[in-house]
Amino acid sequence: MEALDTLILSRIQFAANISFHILFPTITIALGWVLLFFRIRFTQTGDDKWMAAYRFWVKIFALSFAMGVVSGITMSFQFGTNWPGFMETVGNIAGPLLAYEVLTAFFLEAVFVGIMLFGFSRVPRWLHTLATGLVAFGTTVSAFWIIVLNSWMHTPQGFEMIDGVAHATSWWEIIFNPSMPYRFAHMLMASFLTVGFLIAGVSAFRWVLGDRSREVRSMLKTGVLIGAVLIPLQILAGDKHGLNTLEYQPAKVAAMEGNWDTQPNVPLLLFALPDEETRENRFEIGIPNVASLILTHSFDGEVPGLNDFVAEDGTALHPPVLPVFWSFRVMVGTGVAMLLLSWSAVWFMWRRRNRHQGRSNAHRLAVEGLPKVLVWAMVPMAFSGWVATLAGWYTTEIGRQPWLVQGVMTTEMAVADVPSPMVLGTLLTYLAVYAALLSAYIGVIIYMARKAAAGEPQTPNTPFANDNVMTAAE
Amino acid sequence: MPDFSNPADWLPWAFASLMGLSILIYVVLDGFDLGVGLLFPMADRIEQDRMIGSIGPFWDANETWLVLAVGLLLVAFPTAHGVILSTLYLPVFVMLIGLILRGVAFEFRAKARDHHKALWNRLFFVGSLMTALSQGFMLGLYIMGLEKTLATYAFACLTAVSLAVGYSFIGSTWLIHKTEGALQLKAVTWARRSLWGAVIGVFAVSAATPLVSDRIFGKWFAFPEILWLAPLPLLSVSVLVLLWRLLQRMPMQDDRQNWLPFLMSTALFVMAYLGLAYSFYPYVVPEKLTIYAAAAAPESLWIILVGALCVVPVIIAYSVMAYFIFRGKATDLRYE
Repeated sequence: MEALDTLILSRIQFAANISFHILFPTITIALGWVLLFFRIRFTQTGDDKWMAAYRFWVKIFALSFAMGVVSGITMSFQFGTNWPGFMETVGNIAGPLLAYEVLTAFFLEAVFVGIMLFGFSRVPRWLHTLATGLVAFGTTVSAFWIIVLNSWMHTPQGFEMIDGVAHATSWWEIIFNPSMPYRFAHMLMASFLTVGFLIAGVSAFRWVLGDRSREVRSMLKTGVLIGAVLIPLQILAGDKHGLNTLEYQPAKVAAMEGNWDTQPNVPLLLFALPDEETRENRFEIGIPNVASLILTHSFDGEVPGLNDFVAEDGTALHPPVLPVFWSFRVMVGTGVAMLLLSWSAVWFMWRRRNRHQGRSNAHRLAVEGLPKVLVWAMVPMAFSGWVATLAGWYTTEIGRQPWLVQGVMTTEMAVADVPSPMVLGTLLTYLAVYAALLSAYIGVIIYMARKAAAGEPQTPNTPFANDNVMTAAE
Repeated sequence: MPDFSNPADWLPWAFASLMGLSILIYVVLDGFDLGVGLLFPMADRIEQDRMIGSIGPFWDANETWLVLAVGLLLVAFPTAHGVILSTLYLPVFVMLIGLILRGVAFEFRAKARDHHKALWNRLFFVGSLMTALSQGFMLGLYIMGLEKTLATYAFACLTAVSLAVGYSFIGSTWLIHKTEGALQLKAVTWARRSLWGAVIGVFAVSAATPLVSDRIFGKWFAFPEILWLAPLPLLSVSVLVLLWRLLQRMPMQDDRQNWLPFLMSTALFVMAYLGLAYSFYPYVVPEKLTIYAAAAAPESLWIILVGALCVVPVIIAYSVMAYFIFRGKATDLRYE
């Protein structure tokens, strides 16, 4: 019983740590590129509004980056403190991938981030732009290696087991494992959507507070456009990812759909409470045949059922159904809300477009065209990307259970033999610290938005003042 | 020395060296910025901003060496990673919470409302203290062979305190280099007062290590090894004496030699570290697991080595560049 307690507590602790951690890379991966965009627009146009946007968001980048670094360090220790079995069994595969993450990316970010944040007045302008670009590139490469490892845990290949330890046979097969391309595309777009809605939401908040500055307009439009362009692509990528999962992890798809028996004509469930005791759904509301259509592209296609994944003795070899079922719905629901919001916002801004200005599209969209209710709706949607990202990760990670590495080792095999009260103690402390930090983080973003909206002079910033002087002198 | 014709023999050795190097670089680099955090409560608000300015561009990259070190332990010696970290579960946890608090306080203090700034300043200190103490504690337990008895805990507490004071010492020598005026004068005083931490730390560790295991005792006090090992302790003592005399004369006219105390304290850390490395080699878990028994499969180590050889020189080059760009006296950090 104690082993089970330690297992559950260790899992919750790891989930809490990685959930907290993923919030910040999700922001920094895409925000790095958006900052590069602001920086390049400023160089091209010389318009101060782009620099104002850069200045505002680089602070949030710095804060998110620090949160990501410190919570990431925690992750690398947790492998040893709570999950020694993982590296003992698949260390020969996971090790090099983690090493490449640290080597190629972490250092690139950590070193150039100093120049990006503090180096304006100390380095030439091209080097500062380059540093911004390298930081963005670094965060993306970092994400690539982590996604490779994570995907390999879902769809392992390119290895052989010798005496219970995995040995690599083909690194090409390990890196380009079947689910990696889908997962990587899905995660990158999730990051851009998170940042798009964050920028739109914070700008909408400033707009609500009466800030009518040019940078707020440009930022809001940038955010909305990122969302409007990417959300259909993301839905498409999600669909492809789902089909890939159906092929390699059918039990996960069965849990996502809440489908107990392998059968044709499976409905898309909008609501249900899956019950593993009775092995059926309660309060089921669904649209007939649509799950079959989505998964097999045919109305009467056969969808795998959870009852196929039960051992002889009755133990479930499929993931816990309720959390997978519902986190999947939260993710999809958030995605639909993102689609409605961003497309209607673009439509309203397009309707009130300014016909007298130049031909550039960005100038044509008029923020004034947005109905008040839509601007208000954008504010809470600032963090919709986080909700969807976490829900998506819960779907895929809980959906992998009881496996740690699909078909190779179970989660239970990896856990450390640490007394459960100790794990409980550390878990509660982590949760308290994370809750405090998260509220501080959100509080600071709100405070910064209020301060910017009130037009209070920002802390004097010599570097950019220098930059402008240089522009004037040229 | 390892047999370079046999990868299963020299690869673990190469990775142990690389990991050892990362830990050393981490201890010196994060040592000085942790030390600056420990000295925080002794400075006034304007000086605190300047102290933050002296470490701001570096702390991220400094901490990354810890990630590299523990990463190398994880990927090259997976078994040892599990044994060491699950034994040190609680101190590792305290250190992580400390690192978290310190890292985020760094950013939050610059952005929060004024009346919250004092809170973040305090958390910056508390985080630095938790980190330094827990690292010292882990060092002590490691030296004691990861045994958990009352005596080993007492020794670990001693090393915890002396490492924290030692970090304050190297932090103040960094401030002597990076600051001027009243703050620099304060830093000189702090350095004089914290030198004892370095002294006690070095002596306690040097005295205890050989007594813990006959194997280590034999390594140090056998003839003729003792002849070529003798310079290490002798050199350490001379550097300590020189540092003490130098600090009495600091700061000098025209700020001459302001970099010398930091350089000498770095030398002190390096020598103490080399002594430890010599004692424990070839064990990665003291007296239980050698680097050869704990190493990952050679084919995986190869892959990592190729990456490391491409990337580590670049990392070192642009770390040097970053230190060069932000050379000279610290100014208040501005990116707002």
